[in-house]
Amino acid sequence: MRRINFYLPYSSSRLSYNYTIYSGGDHALTIDFGGISTNTNNLVISLFNHLKKVDTNGVTDIIPAYSSLTMVYDPVQILSQKNPPASAFEYIKGLLEKSTTGFDPSITNSEARQLEIPVCYDTDFAPDLEFVASSHNLSVDEVIAIHTSRFYRVYMIGFLPGFAYMASVDERIATPRKPSPRKRVPAGSVGIAGEQTGIYPLSSPGGWQLIGRTPLQLFDSSKPEPTLFNPGDKIHFYPISLEQYHQLKPA
Amino acid sequence: MSIRIMKAGLLDTLQDEGRYGYQHLGINPGGVMDIAAMKTANALVGNPLTEMVIEMHYPAAKILFEADALIAVSGGDFGAHINNDLINGNQPVIIKKNSTLAFKKLRTGARTYVAVKGGFAIDKWLHSASTNLKAQAGGFDGRALRKGDLITLNEDADYASLLNDANHKSLPWHVSANDFYSSGPTRFIAGAEFDLLTPASKKILIEKPFSITNESDRMGYRLLGQPLVLDKNTEVISSAVTRGTLQLLPNGQLIILMADHQTTGGYPRIGHVISADLSRLAQKSTLGQISFSVTGQQAAEQALFKQYLDLLQLQNACNFRLQQYLK
Repeated sequence: MRRINFYLPYSSSRLSYNYTIYSGGDHALTIDFGGISTNTNNLVISLFNHLKKVDTNGVTDIIPAYSSLTMVYDPVQILSQKNPPASAFEYIKGLLEKSTTGFDPSITNSEARQLEIPVCYDTDFAPDLEFVASSHNLSVDEVIAIHTSRFYRVYMIGFLPGFAYMASVDERIATPRKPSPRKRVPAGSVGIAGEQTGIYPLSSPGGWQLIGRTPLQLFDSSKPEPTLFNPGDKIHFYPISLEQYHQLKPA
Repeated sequence: MSIRIMKAGLLDTLQDEGRYGYQHLGINPGGVMDIAAMKTANALVGNPLTEMVIEMHYPAAKILFEADALIAVSGGDFGAHINNDLINGNQPVIIKKNSTLAFKKLRTGARTYVAVKGGFAIDKWLHSASTNLKAQAGGFDGRALRKGDLITLNEDADYASLLNDANHKSLPWHVSANDFYSSGPTRFIAGAEFDLLTPASKKILIEKPFSITNESDRMGYRLLGQPLVLDKNTEVISSAVTRGTLQLLPNGQLIILMADHQTTGGYPRIGHVISADLSRLAQKSTLGQISFSVTGQQAAEQALFKQYLDLLQLQNACNFRLQQYLK
């Protein structure tokens, strides 16, 4: 198995990161920076934004995750180009390493946006709010105050179209997933899973503790950009009443 | 010039090669399960190889052609009939206006594909016609085909002079797709957590058969075999996964991610089934058995490249015959 350690040196920074490159099959390659932290995710998102701008012919998808980035590619396209490389994997690895030369992660995070998301914490929409409160000896109002007290970072998007994994919630309200998932979680539901928080963009089975619901449509296939969040975005939730929820909810 | 679904099948969807470029937003590629079958069917009717096709499971839909069309069926053999006559798969067939295509017996495989010359007039979503059932977008209104659905064809064809009053006519050549479905173990490239398997588990993986359980669908194949264990408990941080990824579930069983896989996953990645072996995997029915063997990165690429060259050759041969025949 191919697992090699490298250093990624930065021209404008004294920091360097340990990373591993490994195969994700015959059409994917992953660069992995190790454990979850804001710093590693910053690096992943910066690299993602950087790679989107360089010529990566043959690459079909670039997928950032918590601490890794995966390039999905078309080996046939790479192997049928003029002067084909002996291996598409080695070609993509070379492309990745060439692209990172001189790349400065501190300047490529400018695409991160700050978004304000309204959430209705009314009992009807929050079947697990009481449980989250009681398991931490807090009142429901305190849970809401804590959940809305900070910005969360979108570490990655996965699971469902537009499902953003955001972190980190205050440890005073961090709550494990439900022991068995619900068969159907309505679209817009805001949940907590451990130190993560997130919103279900579509109705789906799911095991997160549901504490509220947003009236915003997080996934709209009729839009050219069908999802609301991007990796790296900063999200702040603010509480709204049931009445405001219905005013904001698209018909 | 359209086709009409007279009776819905178990799961009939419009699919192409898949929707790439949106996985960072959690939008999975989807696309046909059996890429070789899609390309073979398209080659037979002179389409670009990645033109959208109808993918069907058994029982499959009953389809009325309201216009003459040149069609081909490839992939699983579901006993395709035009009106009362059995027709061959992997052979171009002209079907006459107001005739019905139906599938009467599951003989081999798990999915069958129908290509129509010129393709279907369906708007693409994010550059692909593949149906994303979860997002309810792409393909035909983002859903499986239902009774009464009308799909417009791009080409207005009149084959009366070739049909001579018959309601169908098979063109006098066929192709063999056997090379895409060779038997033998399913080959995989070792994944990031492969080396964490105990020596005994590695042995089981390579030497023992696994059955495909009935909890298998377009998202993934859940396998049942002797449970596998890792040397040490390891916390895998969620990362991107792809079609073919072999994940180890907490109960020691494997799942192979297929066309409708999620874009990210947090289970140990034991391996990745090579692309060249995904078509025959797509034709394995539930309760079928598979076995595994390890291969290397470059061997996997070469196997896929060979499949690509074989399909190009098949396409050239089909185009040549078609041009001679239809001129």
